Amino acid sequence: MSLFFALFFVISIVIFAVSCYSTLGIVRHGLPENRFDNPGKRFNNMLKYGFGQKLLFREPYGNVHFVMFWSFLIFAAADLEMVLRCIFPVFTGISDKVPPVALLFDVAPALTLLAVLIGLARRFFLPPANIKDRSNDVLKMLAVIIILILAYFGSRGALVASGRSLPDYLPLSSFVAGFMANLSPENIDFLASCFLSVPALALLFFAVYVPYNRHMHMVTAIPNSFFRSLEKPSALKAEDFRAGNTFGAGQVNRFTWKDLLDTYSCTECGRCDAVCPAANTGKPLSPKRLVSSIQENLLANAADLKKGRKPSVSLIGEGKASISEEAIWSCTTCAACVESCPVSIEHLSKTVKMRRHLVQMEAKFPEELLGFFENMEQRSNPWGMAPSERTKWHANADVKTFEAGQTEYLFFVGCAGAFDSRARQVTIAFTKLLNAAGVSWGVLGNQEKCCGDSLRKLGNEYVFEQAVNENKKTFADKGVKKIVTHCPHCFNTLKNDYGLEVVHHSELISKLLKEGRLKFKSAANTGKVVFHDPCYLGRHNGMYDQPREIIAMTAGETPSEMGRSRERSFCCGAGGGRMWMEEYTGTRINRARVKEALGEKPGTISVSCPYCLIMFEDGLKDEGAFNDVSVKDIAEMVAERI
Amino acid sequence: MLVVTCIKQVPDTTQVKVDPVTNTLVRDGIPLILNPYDTNALEEALRLKDKYGFRVAVLSMGPPNAELTLRKALALGADEAILISDRAFAGADTLATSNVLACAISKLSEKEEVGFVLCGKQTIDGDTAQVGPGIAVRLGYSQLTFVDRIENIEAGRKTVRVRRKLEGRHEVVESFFPAMISVVREINHLRYPTVPMRLNSKDARVTIWDNKVLGLDPNTVGLKGSPTWVSKIFSPERTKGQILGNGMADPEGTARLLVEKLKEKEVLTF
Repeated sequence: MSLFFALFFVISIVIFAVSCYSTLGIVRHGLPENRFDNPGKRFNNMLKYGFGQKLLFREPYGNVHFVMFWSFLIFAAADLEMVLRCIFPVFTGISDKVPPVALLFDVAPALTLLAVLIGLARRFFLPPANIKDRSNDVLKMLAVIIILILAYFGSRGALVASGRSLPDYLPLSSFVAGFMANLSPENIDFLASCFLSVPALALLFFAVYVPYNRHMHMVTAIPNSFFRSLEKPSALKAEDFRAGNTFGAGQVNRFTWKDLLDTYSCTECGRCDAVCPAANTGKPLSPKRLVSSIQENLLANAADLKKGRKPSVSLIGEGKASISEEAIWSCTTCAACVESCPVSIEHLSKTVKMRRHLVQMEAKFPEELLGFFENMEQRSNPWGMAPSERTKWHANADVKTFEAGQTEYLFFVGCAGAFDSRARQVTIAFTKLLNAAGVSWGVLGNQEKCCGDSLRKLGNEYVFEQAVNENKKTFADKGVKKIVTHCPHCFNTLKNDYGLEVVHHSELISKLLKEGRLKFKSAANTGKVVFHDPCYLGRHNGMYDQPREIIAMTAGETPSEMGRSRERSFCCGAGGGRMWMEEYTGTRINRARVKEALGEKPGTISVSCPYCLIMFEDGLKDEGAFNDVSVKDIAEMVAERI
Repeated sequence: MLVVTCIKQVPDTTQVKVDPVTNTLVRDGIPLILNPYDTNALEEALRLKDKYGFRVAVLSMGPPNAELTLRKALALGADEAILISDRAFAGADTLATSNVLACAISKLSEKEEVGFVLCGKQTIDGDTAQVGPGIAVRLGYSQLTFVDRIENIEAGRKTVRVRRKLEGRHEVVESFFPAMISVVREINHLRYPTVPMRLNSKDARVTIWDNKVLGLDPNTVGLKGSPTWVSKIFSPERTKGQILGNGMADPEGTARLLVEKLKEKEVLTF
């Protein structure tokens, strides 16, 4: 009998392993990418995000998942011990010898059961809004787990009833054993065998079921947290521009193996959809569906890939196993999805890879972008204004020119700060602060060119690379060491993509205020202030406190917070090159955000990004609140008081 | 059949200012761009290539650095690029320029039948719109100017039907080819080059022809062959405007005033 079980068990394990391998083996068709570097940090991430489930604790239910996860792991160990004890009677296990383990092995499965029941209750009575198109996969899975746990108690109860296990530290199993007290030893043995067949059957069930649906995350989530990107969410790989090369991801095997593994880690929990500015304003982009569509495309092309043929189902296009162009262009690269994903999926880089393909291989993009790309190539600024206009604001400010070896900070004005009439006022306000605090600063004037942020996020890596080379040369020629900018897009690009030493003006102003180098002369006149976190300052660079400190010092009270702030801030709609595109579908993202801000009844909406400034002012006009509420950059708020 | 597109590299005139003292164009640091109208001529040539399978040659007369612009045309799909560059050609007016270009086109036609010469309506630096017609006259080609649509080409009958955009009306014209067609901006949008096309064009060869190749009489080219010369350039003085109405305080009244004024000036005629 035990030999039969042993065999059955081994076969189930083999089938499970083979089926996982054959499913995940397809990931090998992705491009190579090194995700084994810096193992210490990766291990740490695995503990934090994998075993620690860090990102799940944002909502109360995260506690239940945490209990389910850990108690299930302990239950798995307990069940394994039990199966081994039943198959090999000589093996007495450890739980009988170590009372705390015995207690743990008795309590943990009960906790799993409890967590599963809470999960089911939540599913039926309080379904979370972000799980929209939910499948019933989870019900089958949870049913199997419940049966598995009940069978476990049955088996352990049989062990107690037959006297092979001490009842002292097994309160629940002893309770089950009580029902078997009147049975003969043969009958108990028979019952034990029946119960024991359950884990083997369950394993078989998992083997044929898990690899083909989202419960695969039980296998892949932990490794995926090890392979988690160690870089910022906007970090993108450069391309090797050599004739004969292909650029971007136009077919599924142009993603890396980690991109493909991501799709198997997705639990379809919908946290990404819940925070996505595009998904929440009626655009055809759902980060969750983006990930599942990539997997569907991979599976649809599996036969081709295995035979070494070109995938026949197109990655980009209409249809269930493809991603629509409109979805790809709807992304604002705000990284809310990446930031909220508990299983370390990188949505943003996948989107940019597909944009790279569309722009660079097919020259296919929304028509507004043609003008944008030409402006960038011919005039080095998105507005397409004459480069000579870049210094127009100089007439209204006391401007210093950058002198090699003498000037400390290069003030990188940015295209918005130089060309947009509203953002120019921020530039002028900031120069007032620099001068008042006696900071050594200077500008490049007409020699400044666009940093290329939007180019890169729109997938025009080729022209971005040209911009980087030109700018780097100018910086080197001029001897630029330190840069300050008031645009988070310039800040992020120059800092993370160029690798330069850059401070955002919120850092510098906050430092100057703390050091007492800026003295207030007049009283604050801002009314209630609500602060909006720019994605490229906050989520992309983790700077949430500096602007708030400035507002606290300037307005006299800490800013009021919108429901979605800091890590969960909702994009203004201008990131990822969306600044230069029309928003035809759904509600405008900036209007949604402005409505949210107006809910706080502010006198001033404070921002620290010129794009946010433009988007908020437009949104206020649309909402008819432009004359009642003002939008101000933090630099303007400070400049008004000195 | 060959479609020859004539293109010119021009200073980005949105940025050109006239030096008030010397009355010359301040060209320092002004980027050179492909004449915007020529981008449409190039695109139309490429569309003819896509539709009829013609070969596209781009032709430009200018200094050696005009090679960059030609290379961009190759990246977009032109088959052949020729730069006509010789010190002897410098300082040419529209007559001397069309003389040189016509000579180059007839040289091209020795090897392959030229069906069409496409030009931009005019350049944004000279604004004469004379070079295209000048070429047509010298080569004896039909002359179709201000075209905003090429409707049909019949290879058998050797005819082309185009729509011309004139003030307040359109005119559909049919003509025999070879023909010189000058295009307006509305005809199309220039395509964007893919990266592989750009990378391939990096090594593409731009042929350079000087007067040794063309063998024109030195007195008919360049400054010597130019009967017109620019005696003075100046910015017309702008008379100061006037703010009428109460602006945002009375949007309806302001709008009414604007309509009245436009009617007064006969901009609005209803």
